[in-house]
Amino acid sequence: MTEIIKLKNVAKHYYMGDDVVKALDGVDISIEKGSFVAIMGPSGSGKSTGMNLIGSLDLPTSGEIYLDEHDISHLTESELAQIRGKKIGFIFQSFNLIPNLTAKENIMLPMLFQGLEKNERESRAEELLGLVDLKDRINHYPNQLSGGQQQRVAIARALANDPEVILADEPTGNLDTKTGENVLQFLENLNKKGKTIVMVTHDSKLAEKHAQKIYWLKDGKIEKVTRKEKEKWKTVK
Amino acid sequence: MITDYFILALKNLRKRKLRAWLTMLGIFISIATIFVLISLSLGLQNAVEEQFRQFGTDKIFIQPRGQIAGPGTGGAVELTKNDVEVVEKVIGVKDITWWIIATGEIEFKDEKRFFNIIGFPLDQSDVFIETGFYKADEGEVLDEEDFGKVMIGSQYKYNNVFKRPIKERDIISVNGKNFVVEGILESLGNPADDRLVYMSEEEFREITEIEDRIDTIIAQVEPGEDINEVADRIKRKLLKSRDLTEKTRDFSILTPEEVLETFRIVLNIITAFLLGVAGISLLVGGIGIVNTMYTSVLERTKEIGIMKAVGARNSDIFLIFLIESGLLGLVGGVIGVILGFGISKGIEFIAINQLGTTLLQAAFPFYLVAGSLLFAFVIGALSGALPALQASKLNPVDALRYE
Repeated sequence: MTEIIKLKNVAKHYYMGDDVVKALDGVDISIEKGSFVAIMGPSGSGKSTGMNLIGSLDLPTSGEIYLDEHDISHLTESELAQIRGKKIGFIFQSFNLIPNLTAKENIMLPMLFQGLEKNERESRAEELLGLVDLKDRINHYPNQLSGGQQQRVAIARALANDPEVILADEPTGNLDTKTGENVLQFLENLNKKGKTIVMVTHDSKLAEKHAQKIYWLKDGKIEKVTRKEKEKWKTVK
Repeated sequence: MITDYFILALKNLRKRKLRAWLTMLGIFISIATIFVLISLSLGLQNAVEEQFRQFGTDKIFIQPRGQIAGPGTGGAVELTKNDVEVVEKVIGVKDITWWIIATGEIEFKDEKRFFNIIGFPLDQSDVFIETGFYKADEGEVLDEEDFGKVMIGSQYKYNNVFKRPIKERDIISVNGKNFVVEGILESLGNPADDRLVYMSEEEFREITEIEDRIDTIIAQVEPGEDINEVADRIKRKLLKSRDLTEKTRDFSILTPEEVLETFRIVLNIITAFLLGVAGISLLVGGIGIVNTMYTSVLERTKEIGIMKAVGARNSDIFLIFLIESGLLGLVGGVIGVILGFGISKGIEFIAINQLGTTLLQAAFPFYLVAGSLLFAFVIGALSGALPALQASKLNPVDALRYE
């Protein structure tokens, strides 16, 4: 299987005065095309930093990151923005919809930054709202939507530019169990249709239920990697 | 894409209505001030130039130097009939007239007032009438044989000079001598000018006891002659006859173009000064925009992070914020222009109806309106440039974490 994202001996250090905080310290992660991968770890394990690097929101202190076999560790911020806008869709714990834009406008935003024509953006946004079953909420503002509905709008937004990877950061953290389960079911369906899903979570049960491969992070290093084979989890590293 | 940013910016501004209005207040007050100043200054310039055009461009005015506040206020130097004879003989001078001005006691139906009276040679009345562009509103202007008659300014028609309005053929007394009102003139635009009383030079000298003095000599230039050359010739002849040199010259020679130029310079200085003052208020308005935009960037840090996460480049973020602040300026400018238009028209209305002058007319050329709007937008955008730059440079990770 080809790798869509690959982190090679990646480190991310933060400098706070004279202290160096090693958020990530020599990490190798490879995410295969079409897989459902979870990044697991308690708070402070470096999983958020990992997500930022996987999502090309940030650049590593050292090491290399490949997105679709291109080294992106030395790109400028604007180049990164264009690439992640096209290849990666984000889903956040707190939904992160823009409050003064309607559901439809929120979904149109990523396409705007890719320079799509307005009518194209509109028809695609409406189509996506249908996909997440929110056709009747097209012109609602985020504060007029329930948490579950907001997260579905966020998923639709993540799909706007038809990215290869969906990056979900604690996607169920702000939702009740049932709604959360629906969201994850939706992600699984997307995965079945060929999308690569990367989920960052601290909930091992959730990770083991939905993912096919889990990176267990601790103190900025990979503790172990497990893989689901015939409904059984095996440690591969 | 840019249109989408405009829509985005409008949505953002609408969400914070009160703040947007308060920010724009500073802009539209200063834009309105600037608009009013320029429109009235242009209007004044147009009106004065129109008056000068009426004088005609073929007239040369000769006045003694050292007059304190215009003709008739006196000074050591006087022009006399001798000077008239000198000027008359200069090559290129087609015709000549002159006037004397003094204060007179005007009596009408037992009421007395003091106003300026003017005497001019009746046999040269054609030139005089043409020079001043006088037109009779009622009756007729003074003609060659009209001794014992006067023509009067338009203000006498209304009852704001005397209790009762003066009509054609009424009799008024000037310094104790009775005159028949031959004509009432059309308004010249300036209230003081519209209260003048005109009569023959002979009768003027008789009732004022001014013997030789002449306040202004007006020479009309032959068609085809260069007015500046003729003015120069007159100057040289007068210097010779008055036994003076350029350094001791005690009279001035003005062509309408020169007078107009002087007026323009003075008006421009005054306008520039007032614009400077208004500019300071615009600066303060701009600082208001800077402040609002910085607050906005801070408040929307997370939003900026989200936009970057979904693919916004630095330049996109910069443009979004720049357009937003530019819109603050532009909308402020639109309101300012509308406000300024109203104020200018109001001043014009008061000037015409209360002060009786038609000089203070507002002018609204297209470039003033367009320029004001563009200027307001640029001020807004400039003020927003730094905050927008700051917003565009936010690190997406930090911005997303911001609560």
